[in-house]
Amino acid sequence: MNDFTTDRRSLLKGGATLLAAAATMSSEQLLGYAKAWAQTSPWKPEPGAKINLLRWKRFVEAEDVAFMKIVDTFQKANNITINVSNEAYDDIQPKASVAANTGQGLDMVWGLYSLPFLFPSKCVDVTDVADHLAKVGGGWSDSGKAYGMLNGKWIGIPVAATGGLVNYRIKAAEKAGHKEFPKDLGGFLDLVKGMHKNGTPAGMALGHASGDANGWLHWALWAHGGKLIDKDNKVVVNSPETAKALEYVKQLYENFVPGTASWNDSNNNKAFLAGQLHLTVNGISIYVAAKKENPAIAEDMNHAHLPPGLDGKTRELHLGFPILIYTFSKYPQACKAFTAFMLDPAQFNPWVEAAQGYLSPFLLGFEKNPIWTADPKNTPFRDVARTANTPAGVATMSEAAAAAIADFVVVDMFANYATGREDVKTAMASAERNAKRIFRGG
Amino acid sequence: MTTMQTSTARPATMQTPARAVYKDTRSLWERLRTNRNWLALWFMLPTAAFLILFLAYPLGLGVWMSFTDERIGRTGVFIGLENYEWLWNDSIFWLSVFNTLLYTIIASIIKFAVGLYLALLLNRHMPFKAIIRAIVLIPFIVPTVLSAIAFWWIYDPQFSIVSWSLIKLGLISNNINFLGDPNMARASVIFANIWRGVPFVAITLLAGLQTVSPSLYEAATLDGATDWQRFRYITYPLLTPIIAVVMTFSVLFTFTDFQLVWALTRGGPVNATHLMATLSYQRGILSGRLGEGAAIATAMIPFLLAAIAISWFGMQRRKWQQGSDND
Repeated sequence: MNDFTTDRRSLLKGGATLLAAAATMSSEQLLGYAKAWAQTSPWKPEPGAKINLLRWKRFVEAEDVAFMKIVDTFQKANNITINVSNEAYDDIQPKASVAANTGQGLDMVWGLYSLPFLFPSKCVDVTDVADHLAKVGGGWSDSGKAYGMLNGKWIGIPVAATGGLVNYRIKAAEKAGHKEFPKDLGGFLDLVKGMHKNGTPAGMALGHASGDANGWLHWALWAHGGKLIDKDNKVVVNSPETAKALEYVKQLYENFVPGTASWNDSNNNKAFLAGQLHLTVNGISIYVAAKKENPAIAEDMNHAHLPPGLDGKTRELHLGFPILIYTFSKYPQACKAFTAFMLDPAQFNPWVEAAQGYLSPFLLGFEKNPIWTADPKNTPFRDVARTANTPAGVATMSEAAAAAIADFVVVDMFANYATGREDVKTAMASAERNAKRIFRGG
Repeated sequence: MTTMQTSTARPATMQTPARAVYKDTRSLWERLRTNRNWLALWFMLPTAAFLILFLAYPLGLGVWMSFTDERIGRTGVFIGLENYEWLWNDSIFWLSVFNTLLYTIIASIIKFAVGLYLALLLNRHMPFKAIIRAIVLIPFIVPTVLSAIAFWWIYDPQFSIVSWSLIKLGLISNNINFLGDPNMARASVIFANIWRGVPFVAITLLAGLQTVSPSLYEAATLDGATDWQRFRYITYPLLTPIIAVVMTFSVLFTFTDFQLVWALTRGGPVNATHLMATLSYQRGILSGRLGEGAAIATAMIPFLLAAIAISWFGMQRRKWQQGSDND
C-alpha cells in the first residue's frame, strides 16, 4: 500500500499532463526501480528464462508503447527474455487453445473474456500473485474475483477490462428529446426510436461480434431479469423474462441503422467515426480515435452506462482481459513475477494513462488514477469493474459458460427473434437446447 | 503380396516353369532388397509415411475425436454416437448442411459455366493473349483472406462502394443490406466465391482446350459443321476428362471453403451463411468442444466422397479412355 501512495504522489506532481509525468521517470530510474522491485519480489525468475507471451493487438497505440516499456524494463532488470507476439482479437483464442492443447509454443497469454476458463486445468494457480496484487493495488473488485477465480483459486489475473458502454452523439440525443442520458429501459428505447426518426440512427451489433454483440445483448437479457443459467448452472433461459428481453431488443433492432445483423466488432467503430452512426455500445476506442482524427465528433460525443435493469441494478458484460500462465511453461516463476510487475502501481498507472481509458482496472486502487477524471468523458469507464458481470451472470464462471459465450448462444437467440427468423418460443427453445448441452453434467 | 502381383502381371503359364528351375540361394533380406516388386514398395515408403503422418493420421484422429467428448486442454472419453445424435436434432447443423450444399451447388455450376465460357474466349487468337490470360488468374492468386477483406468492404452495410455508386447515380435511395439479410448474404458470399474460383476453372479448361488438335476442327469445318456442332462433338467430348478433374477439385474446394465466409460474415446473419466448415471451427476451436467440432467435420466426409464418386464414375467411365471407340 505504501508503494502505491508514494507512486501516486510522484505521478501527481506532473499535474494534468500525467503522461508526461510518467515519462519523466527516465528509463534508468525505471530500471533502478525494477531492480529494487525484483529484490523484494517473492518470485525469482529462473535464470536465462525465455518467455513467449501472446497478447491481443492494441487498439490504442500509446497503450502498446507503455506495455512494451514495462516488458523491456522487466527484461533488463531480471536478465531474461520476453518475446511478445500480437494477434487480432479473434485470433487470440484459437491460438491460445491450440497451445493449451498441444502443450507448447507459449508461456503466457494475455487474452479476452474468460479465456482461462476454457482450459482451467492448463493454467498455473496464481493465487499468490492475486493476493500480492490485492495488497498493493487496493483490493480486487467483485467482478475481478469472478473473472479470475475458479473453485477458490485464481487461474488467471484479470489485468483490466475495456468497458462496453454507450457511445452517443450529444446533439443527436438532445434532438431526440433526451438532454440527459436516459436512466431506465423505457427511456433508452425512446431515445433509440427518436434518433431513428430524426435520421441519426443508433446501431449495435447483432452479428457474431464476440465483444460488441455479446456485451450489450447480455445486458439486455439481464436487465429484464432473464438468465442463461441460474446460480447452480441450471439452464433457465426459457422464461417470461427472456421473452420480455427479446421483445425489447426487437424494438431496438427495428430502429437501428440497417445491417447490424451482420456487424462484427469493427463495423460500429467505422460507422460512428464516419458520422453515420449516432449511438452504439463500444469501448473508448472510438473516442480516442475521434480525438485524433475527427475532433468535431469527439467534441459532440459522450459515454454512458447502459441503463439499469427492471430491478434498478446495472449489470453489464464488459470485455475482460485476463492474463494466464500455462502449466507447461518452464519458467512459471518468471511469468508470475512479470504478472505482478506489470500490475505494480509504478508500472500500471502510466500504462492505464497511456491507454486513455481503454483499460479499466479490476484493482480498486487504480480507480483513483487521474485519467478517469481529467476528462469527464472518461469517467464512466472508471466504474466498469463495478458493473461488470462475467458471462456466467449470477453463476460462477466456468468452462461451460466460456463455451456458451464463444458459441454465441445468447447472441443467436436475440438475432433469431429480432430478424424475424424465429418466433419467441422457438428462439428461446433453441437457445435452451444448446445451453443444456453445453452445461450438461454440471 | 509378391506372388499375387507377379501372377497378375504375367500369364501363369510362363511363370511356373521359371520358378521351378531357378532356386534362390540368397538370404531373405537379399531377396527383399533386390526383388523388383519389393523395391517398388521401398521407394513408396517415404511417401506413404508422409501421407500417413500428415493425412491419414490427422483424419483418423479427427474421426476418433468425433466419438469422444474431448474439449480443448483435456482428453475426452468415448461417448459413441452421442455427438452425432445431438447434431441430428440440431437445427443449426442442418442449416449449415443446407447452406453448404446450396453454396457448393450454385457456386460450382456458375463457376463451370463462366469458366468454360472464359476458356473458350481465351482460346481464340487475339492481341495481348498472354497478358490477358495472366490477368484472368489474378483473383486466384490473391490470398483468399485479402480478397475476402476487399469483398467485406464492397459489402459493407454503411460504406459499400456498390451502394454508394448506385445512390449517386440515383438508382436506389438506401444502402443495400448485402450481409444483413439472410438471402442477400448467401448470394453475396456465393458471388465472392465464384469470383475467386472462376480463374481456376477457366485456366485449367483452357489448358485442356489447347490439347485438342486443330486438325479435328479443320476436318469438321470442311464437313460443314456449325460452331455449336464443333463444340458439342469435338470440344466437349475431348474436354470431358479435364472437366471431370477440374469440377471434382472445384466442388471439393467450394464444399470445404472456410476463409471467405469466415472473413465476410462469421456465419451470420443468424447463421444464414454458416457452412459446415465454419460451424465446425466455431464449435470445435472457439467454443472448445473439439468432439462436436470434429463430428461436424467428419459429417462432411460422406458428402465429399459422394462428390468424388459422381465425377469419377459418372464422367470418366468412357470407353475411349480404355482404348476403345467411344460409340
